[in-house]
Amino acid sequence: MSDFWTLLLGLGDELAAHVLLSAAAIGLGIAIALPLAVWAGRSETVARVALGFASLVQTIPALALLALFFPILLSLRAVFGEGLPTLGFLPALLALALYALLPILRNAVTAQANLDPGVIEAADGVGMSAWQKLRLVEAPLAAPFVMAGIRTAAVWTIGAATLSTTIGQQSLGDPIFAGLQTQNWALVLAGCLASAGLALSADLLLGLIERGFARRRRALWLGGMVTVLLGIAAALAAQFAPALRGEARDTVVIGAKSFSEQYVLARLIGQRLERAGYAVEYRDGLGSAVVHSAVTTGAIDVAIDYTGTLWTNQMGREDNPGREAMYEAIVAWKRDTSEARVLGRLGFENAYAFAMREDRARELGVRTLADLARVAPRLTVGGDPEFFERPEWVAAREAYGLDFARQRNFSPTFMYNALRSGGADVISAYTSDGRIAADRLVVLEDPREALPSYDALILLGPEAQADPRLVAALRPLLGAIDVEAMREANFAVDREANKLSPAAAARELARAIGL
Amino acid sequence: MNRAPAALEFDRVSRRYGAVRAVDEVSLTIAPGEFVALVGASGSGKSTLLKTVNRLVVPDSGRVLFEGEDTASLPLTALRRKLGYVFQGIGLFPHMTVGENIAIGPRLAGERLAPERIARLLELVELEPGMAARLPEALSGGQRQRVGVARALAGEPHLLLMDEPFGALDPVTRAALGNTVRELHDRLALTTVMVTHDMAEALLLASRVLVMDGGRIVADEVPHALLAGRGGPVAQELVAVPRDQAGRLARMTGEGTA
Repeated sequence: MSDFWTLLLGLGDELAAHVLLSAAAIGLGIAIALPLAVWAGRSETVARVALGFASLVQTIPALALLALFFPILLSLRAVFGEGLPTLGFLPALLALALYALLPILRNAVTAQANLDPGVIEAADGVGMSAWQKLRLVEAPLAAPFVMAGIRTAAVWTIGAATLSTTIGQQSLGDPIFAGLQTQNWALVLAGCLASAGLALSADLLLGLIERGFARRRRALWLGGMVTVLLGIAAALAAQFAPALRGEARDTVVIGAKSFSEQYVLARLIGQRLERAGYAVEYRDGLGSAVVHSAVTTGAIDVAIDYTGTLWTNQMGREDNPGREAMYEAIVAWKRDTSEARVLGRLGFENAYAFAMREDRARELGVRTLADLARVAPRLTVGGDPEFFERPEWVAAREAYGLDFARQRNFSPTFMYNALRSGGADVISAYTSDGRIAADRLVVLEDPREALPSYDALILLGPEAQADPRLVAALRPLLGAIDVEAMREANFAVDREANKLSPAAAARELARAIGL
Repeated sequence: MNRAPAALEFDRVSRRYGAVRAVDEVSLTIAPGEFVALVGASGSGKSTLLKTVNRLVVPDSGRVLFEGEDTASLPLTALRRKLGYVFQGIGLFPHMTVGENIAIGPRLAGERLAPERIARLLELVELEPGMAARLPEALSGGQRQRVGVARALAGEPHLLLMDEPFGALDPVTRAALGNTVRELHDRLALTTVMVTHDMAEALLLASRVLVMDGGRIVADEVPHALLAGRGGPVAQELVAVPRDQAGRLARMTGEGTA
């Protein structure tokens, strides 16, 4: 239990970043929504268009909206120059502000429409100008309703801001995503509690301001506002004090996709760079496509990617030239098309493969996929829902003539359980998965090279690849990690008991490979 | 004729809403110090005509002259601040105190109304000066409209416009407030134009009664002339209602004492 509190209290940086992001997004939302609402109050067309647009935005899932801003900002670089950030704070701010728009706008428009017409006539009748009417009558009377909208927007925004982790913005989503991936439920719970607590506090304070407006009690709304501002100021201080004290060094940003191996390797790289004197920042839980674009554009400096992923997803290739040729082609492609570089391969593959229980494989006499094809009509194959849609499955099925008795979908965790309990005889697996060693599974050989290779490689951004000291610090990792070492490190993070944090597993891994 | 400039003059004022002629070529002169009641059925155009004075309604054609000046040539807000206006719906600002409501006109003109002056205005409309600190929601309907009248008087206007000012009040409150307004009219030497659908109220309070029908003024008489049967059929139809009621009440009183 005390560990849990340590976890929760260790979220100070994430909390501060979360507060600043949410506050900025709500602030921007208010700055857009209120003038728009005033305009909408004077034009039926504007009201319809603005509310329609805000409702439309609301139907886009928050995760997709956040991700959409990456290509949007990337294309806007044509206008604003290469300095425009495409990941992190800016896209998160824009997406969340759009998301905050609807409740504020809708409440403000409704409040204006419902103002007593007698009071409005009186405002005209006593000789108020349009501006005086807005300032002295419409705004104060609409304030409680507008505040209620802001309150709703704040709760939504604080919740949705956890998703900004996926586009590389630090937030309380960091522990949630890291915890989900490594099945560290204490971490997930800590992140959820912190963000829920923040949302509740914001709701309470804004509710105070709303009541202050409704009951025309100055002390109430002023007190609420001051508390909100103090909270934001504290978050600002927490975020920027280290920089102001001159602690800012050359910071290297390391990106990681949202699975355990990426978290561990990011820490392994980070620890080496810290020893070489660099300040390191992690952008965890990034989407696969985002990672590649981010390192190419220099939004992040270092990332681990896989040959097969780059080959099909980024280069759009469908053929399989074999392991070495694919790697050489990718190195040349990065060199010719970008300022980013492939530093080299780590030594292991995280490829799609077929795995069986050791005893079952021996019993059936299966070592290779060709052996498997012989007995397949009596067996059940299990895979995660994505696998049976992937070209790898089609390629293996066609190359070996695999024809199973049954095909079943499982979530990744249950797939291994199914293999253990006999619910499946053979499953799709990732070759570096820690559970392969832990569950005593064999990975079937692929003599016809039907399954494309997924060599793990280090990608360096434009600045990083031009820094000889950084390159020298990372070079010892090349070819140093065999698949057994990687499986063990992954398993240390994934297992139920004695779970290690990605940082601890990275230190273990460094020791195991003698660095 | 009188050589003093008219307080208010309508010169062939018209206003249409679609095919409806709400106000149809009305020409009219009101002298300083008159208490004019504009009477008519719903839709006769009386409120529309009143609102052309402070340009809450803009005429399609014709001119309205206030103390000799064309209202269209005056800046809108300045014009409205010179006119006291009492609203049908009372129209107090619910988020302002009674005192702030009364002081709003001068405040818009950049003046601060002294607390003593607010207290004096409250006394004029027969309210406690202590009420200045209260919010309108704490007042009864009659008290609110008294505040409405005080607000209209705060800018020391020469002309007081009232649009069905007592329409939302109960009969007792209505009679009392009517008397208060008539007294203020005399005491402050105001020119008053009051729109009402109640002929009894018009006959009892006004010095001149105008009857409107279909956007035109069909009768323009002093009260006792109307009671003597002048003013034409529309006016007489309106006068018949309170006269008939009064007669029946008198007979009932007679029967009771007999």
